[in-house]
Amino acid sequence: MKSLLRMFAIFHKEFTQLRRDKLTFGMIVGMPLIQLVLFGFAINTDVRHLTAAYVDAADSSLSRQMISDMEASQVVDFQFQLATVSELQSLMDDGEIAIGLYIPPDFDRRVMSRDRPAAQILVDGTDSIIFGVGQQLASIPVKFDTSAGPPLQGKLEVRNFYNPERRSAVNIVPGLIGVILTMTMVLFTAVAIVREKERGNMEFLINTPIKSLELMLGKILPYVVIGFIQVSLILLLGWYLFSVPIQGSLLDVYKAAMVFIAANLALGLLISTSAQSQFQAMQMTFFFFLPSILLSGFMFPFDGMPGPAQAIAEVLPLTHFNRIIRDIMLRGSEIDLLDFDMLALMGFALFTLSVAILRFNKRLD
Amino acid sequence: MNSQQETYAITAQGLSRRFGSLLAVNNIDLHIPTGSIYGFLGPNGSGKSTTIRMLCGLLTPSAGTIEVLGLSIPKQAEALKQQIGYMTQKFSLYDDLTVQENLGFVGEVFAIPGKQRKHRIRELLEEFELTERARQRAGTLSGGQRQRLALAAAILHKPRLLFLDEPTSAVDPQNRRDFWSTLFELAEQGTTILVSTHYMDEAERCHRLAILDEGVIVADGSPLELGRNIDMTVFEVISGQVNAARMALLALNEVFSVTQLGLHLRVMMPNSVAAALETVQAELTRNGIEASVTEIAPNLEDVFVAVTEEHRQESAA
Repeated sequence: MKSLLRMFAIFHKEFTQLRRDKLTFGMIVGMPLIQLVLFGFAINTDVRHLTAAYVDAADSSLSRQMISDMEASQVVDFQFQLATVSELQSLMDDGEIAIGLYIPPDFDRRVMSRDRPAAQILVDGTDSIIFGVGQQLASIPVKFDTSAGPPLQGKLEVRNFYNPERRSAVNIVPGLIGVILTMTMVLFTAVAIVREKERGNMEFLINTPIKSLELMLGKILPYVVIGFIQVSLILLLGWYLFSVPIQGSLLDVYKAAMVFIAANLALGLLISTSAQSQFQAMQMTFFFFLPSILLSGFMFPFDGMPGPAQAIAEVLPLTHFNRIIRDIMLRGSEIDLLDFDMLALMGFALFTLSVAILRFNKRLD
Repeated sequence: MNSQQETYAITAQGLSRRFGSLLAVNNIDLHIPTGSIYGFLGPNGSGKSTTIRMLCGLLTPSAGTIEVLGLSIPKQAEALKQQIGYMTQKFSLYDDLTVQENLGFVGEVFAIPGKQRKHRIRELLEEFELTERARQRAGTLSGGQRQRLALAAAILHKPRLLFLDEPTSAVDPQNRRDFWSTLFELAEQGTTILVSTHYMDEAERCHRLAILDEGVIVADGSPLELGRNIDMTVFEVISGQVNAARMALLALNEVFSVTQLGLHLRVMMPNSVAAALETVQAELTRNGIEASVTEIAPNLEDVFVAVTEEHRQESAA
């Protein structure tokens, strides 16, 4: 009972302080908002509506068919029809177009005989993404040409399965829940105890009957609430702005988020017990944040990473959370508490919290 | 005298604390009677704060044993925390909480039940004249108000023992006077108070005090005893030519120290000097200085200067 009251004391105090701290409060709401909009709108790896031009020297039904096929993919937007290849070249030099298509006069015959390339795609190679698009376009099958580009097709099909419209927001929003929680949760708690040390509050606090565990839990709890607010905000915005669906159950999303939040808060506390100043705590947070965002599968696909990078990624909570949350939100799977990724998260949370409590001692030496 | 039945709130034996190569506290013994106001007087870095921190279990001693309120420290430090109040040198409550919220927080941390807590806080706000400031943030209070708040927080759970680490460093004289009258009231109610300070006038109010220098207790006792026990005689020299008088006396080998206080001097000479008053007078006359010389009782500052100087000469030798 006394223990609960002491824990509540910290919780209560922390909440009052949070309410007064305009900057932190702004971060709680602002960070999900800004990141979601940034990642959702600006960082778009699915290229669409690239300005393009074509020269159709063949002007046959087959060539017209191919052009409309390409346009139907929405990847390119043919804004110019030109007469010569040199015109195509100069438009590209001026940066007017990113993609050019040249169809030679003997296009039909080339398609039939298959001994030479049927047409040519000119690509602005300064942007690797656009270059990739060019290669993709080259694999669009021309009618009658049944052998064109099977390997690329296969790859596209897998990806399209869960994101048929190929919108990156659908992939990014679930991942963003994890990224934003990592950033805010670790940072807030990392700073939480160091701040008391820096401002001299700790010397008073350690002279009260409060126990380490009570102090730690009391510090964590307000941020659990904040974590849930952030999750709700991201889900809501994701749904409203990008129509990101939740295939699985909403309750499962929160269950997974709960465990993930606990893992991050525990880590924040551990940082807090090691850092000497708020600045140091912030540095340590970023030291952890960078590999999280790069290796967790949020930015780059996990399977494509080399072995050592994968090994590091397996230690990071975000990696496991990304798998869980994508399973729930995009595949509609049910949460399984005994799933490897869930166990990994819980293990991480318990281990770090224990170390943090052991490390924090109510002595000054 | 009841000295035989006297009980001690704090006893310490052979207490030492080392920070790397620095010996911050060096083999000190303490016996602090229950219900008294006990002072630690010493310059910055003399080991006052370190000693207090060891006594309440915040620092582990490098050597020595401590017993506080019958508990062995640092082993039973957690049990002690419910019974002690601690006021730090620097304001250690929360600037971004109001007076009321700060006290509420402290009450909750000490697990005082709701009704009792509210009652106690109201009582303290009134006693420390903070009722009107209850909704003001602690960070915007004046030095004196902050100090009253800190003391109120330290005694909210009615501790039997109160540690005050340089409590009046940021406070004006009137506030300091009020502060001390509160301390006397608390002592009368049976609270033992350990206060560290580097102000002489503050130390003079203590029932007993220990003078610390370089981690060693160089003298202890009541302020009166301390004055009686030093091996020095103090003269007051009043003259129109204070500066000249000071120069003349400093040149004299027998003189231990000369302190200027406005238009007069305090001259300290060892008791071993025969006919000290005459020596001073003669030296002044020889230099053509007109002055009146009278013997006065040593004050605490004299004691402090005498004992620390002696200690330093000893440790240098």
